[in-house]
Amino acid sequence: MAEVISSRSYFDIFSLPIGWSIESAVLDSRYRQLQRQFHPDRYAGKSDVDIRLAVQTAALINDAYATLMSPLKRAQYLLKLDGVKADQESHITSDGEFLMAQIELREELAEVGESGASSSALAALAVLEQRIALTYVGLQDDFNGHYSAGEQTAAFEVVAKMQFFAKLLEHVEALEEQLDS
Amino acid sequence: MALLQISEPGATPQPHQRKHAVGIDLGTTNSLVALVRSGTPEILADETGVALLSSVVHYATDGSRCVGADAQQQALSDPLNTLSSVKRLLGRGLTDVDSLGAQMPYEFECDDGGMPKIRTRQGMVSPIQVSAEILRTLAERAEHALDGILDGAVITVPAYFDDAQRQATKDAATLAGIKVLRLLNEPTAAAIAYGLDNAKEGIIAIYDLGGGTFDISLLRLSRGVFQVLATGGDSALGGDDFDRAIADWIRRKIGLDSSLDPFQQRQLLVSARAAKEALTDVDSAPLDVLGWHGQLTRQQLADLIAPMIDNTLRACKRAARDAGVKIAEIDDVVLVGGSTRTPLVVAKVAEFFACTPRTNLDPDCVVALGAALQAEMLIGNQSGDDLLLLDVIPLSLGIETMGGLIEKIIHRNTTIPVSKAQEFTTFKDGQTSMAIHVLQGERELVDDCRSLARFDLRDIPPMVAGAAKIRVTYQVDADGLLSVSARELVSAVESRIEVKPSYGLAETEITQMLKDSYSYAREDMAARALREQQVEADRMIGDLSAALDSDAHMLTVSQVQCLRVAVAELRDLRRICSEHRTLAQQIEAVGKASEPFAALRMDSSIKSALAGHTLDEIDQD
Repeated sequence: MAEVISSRSYFDIFSLPIGWSIESAVLDSRYRQLQRQFHPDRYAGKSDVDIRLAVQTAALINDAYATLMSPLKRAQYLLKLDGVKADQESHITSDGEFLMAQIELREELAEVGESGASSSALAALAVLEQRIALTYVGLQDDFNGHYSAGEQTAAFEVVAKMQFFAKLLEHVEALEEQLDS
Repeated sequence: MALLQISEPGATPQPHQRKHAVGIDLGTTNSLVALVRSGTPEILADETGVALLSSVVHYATDGSRCVGADAQQQALSDPLNTLSSVKRLLGRGLTDVDSLGAQMPYEFECDDGGMPKIRTRQGMVSPIQVSAEILRTLAERAEHALDGILDGAVITVPAYFDDAQRQATKDAATLAGIKVLRLLNEPTAAAIAYGLDNAKEGIIAIYDLGGGTFDISLLRLSRGVFQVLATGGDSALGGDDFDRAIADWIRRKIGLDSSLDPFQQRQLLVSARAAKEALTDVDSAPLDVLGWHGQLTRQQLADLIAPMIDNTLRACKRAARDAGVKIAEIDDVVLVGGSTRTPLVVAKVAEFFACTPRTNLDPDCVVALGAALQAEMLIGNQSGDDLLLLDVIPLSLGIETMGGLIEKIIHRNTTIPVSKAQEFTTFKDGQTSMAIHVLQGERELVDDCRSLARFDLRDIPPMVAGAAKIRVTYQVDADGLLSVSARELVSAVESRIEVKPSYGLAETEITQMLKDSYSYAREDMAARALREQQVEADRMIGDLSAALDSDAHMLTVSQVQCLRVAVAELRDLRRICSEHRTLAQQIEAVGKASEPFAALRMDSSIKSALAGHTLDEIDQD
């Protein structure tokens, strides 16, 4: 069963058309529907082989769901379906302006971090987070534009930039936790 | 490949006999067993009508053991042989016990495998064995009530338990002869009892402060699906810490230093707990301990425990962040665990979540009730179509990489079951084995995380360096337990995996314990240890000989001579030695002596690996 499912695309698993736009409510409800069927708890008392397969299948469904829910992972997966490997961390964008902006954002983050735990630091961080999040959403739109137009090389370039922002948002969260304690 | 049988919703595959399944809440302070009768879960009491079983085991002079209130009564007169709160030690290593055990009045000792055990007059016992005693008492209670054999049980664990702690819990059940249907996270169990009761929809927080652990879980409830969004907490923070803080305060008031005997420690703890419980209803509690009279007020108690409660709220914030949920979006808060009876806890939680916490279900019973409902469904008595649990892994899993760093493979709060694969290649020509060190935790450095196991991949077909492609798959099942498998992709050979659990018991040890039913002889342990060392010696003799055959040119003639002699000596000792420690020492000595040689060979293979890498990159460009 796991093998049967794994030969299909993640979009197929949820009966969704392959593409950038996802209706998360639909994905959510189909995800639950599938897990109701394949979760190992449905196979308690069955043979070990059945249970093992159920675990594999449920794991695959979980992975598919997590991939489609995350903008970065979804973008990478779409390119992978087209035969482009986009999850290579080693690919660095050559867009100098973008890199400069990145460095500046990181410096701003570091400054907030150095100012120590205070409510003003947290407020500054919130403002910064909003800016980063907005840019991230903008990049996602860029990706969608290039991907829909079949411009894979350009789409790949955008994914490399999205990677930066996903990491940056992780930094923001870590910092938030640090400033909050 | 066998296909899964999927039955129509609402239909059971075949008519079957009703089976007996229970839910067990194995707590730090108290334990409970519950079962579903006529569709309703109920807590089972003992023959005297008492439901809560104190998680205490007493090892008596006549060789008998007792569990619960009877054992608790021995705590003051016989503290060294009355074991309580051992849940804190489950799945823990010696270093953990050094910090946790310092607060416990027991004598710890390491067994031959390096696992901590407690010295009692009936010999050394592991926390797993003590827990098994408690589980067996509860199982017997259930079988008495059912007048039949138990077919299985759902046992609850703190959501924050790591793999080693979960495995230890499962091992305890195996020792007690109980088939584990599922390890269920305590907050999730509470959510089942609560959610089914209230037919809730929305996001709820389960705040679970027990005797020894704190858990926070955020769940989304929607038409019978309980989806855990995030979980967090502290596996070493609970009401026991409140007691200790109070006891410490009393001790300072009396003017005693911290070198108390076990009896005095007990006295202090007992009156600390009594005062804490009294303060649930009144503003000031009298103290009369070790000949000292005084009182503890609510305000004083608040000063002592507020920092600990603040710690729990920080964990709540982190869980909300992980779940991508704002505190304001949380519709309801459910309080679980006896320590949530402390008024300051209720007040601070209410303030933090800005809503009145639910306390309509008894916080001591709610976990066991939920576990019983889940057990009933898993055993097949109920179709279970109206209930599905989607739980998460509480702590990230990773492997050790160069320089003592960790590469995360599965991030915390990923929905389980989950499976992740990684590909490795060999490092040198003809390499047939590979070591993988799996850890659990959120920190970057290996030293800051908990070591779960070391895997040795063996039987990799010999090829030139970099040619083999080994896919290692890490799978976490619905119980939150990890398993690892590996396959060489070029030749499709299944690699053999040897697991060395860093904590807890090896499979063979469980078998051994069952066979010897707790009274395993020292000789058996020594024999097994010797066998292990012999295997280790064979491994070293083989590896070093092969290395000397191929790479002797890296050393001077006299260096080669030295190592050859060391190998020969080890081979001789391996044949005649019957004392595992002696053999272990010799193995270590040879290992040390060959270290420079190993470093040279490593250096040379890194160079060749890097050389290959550069070529590849040029090719790509």
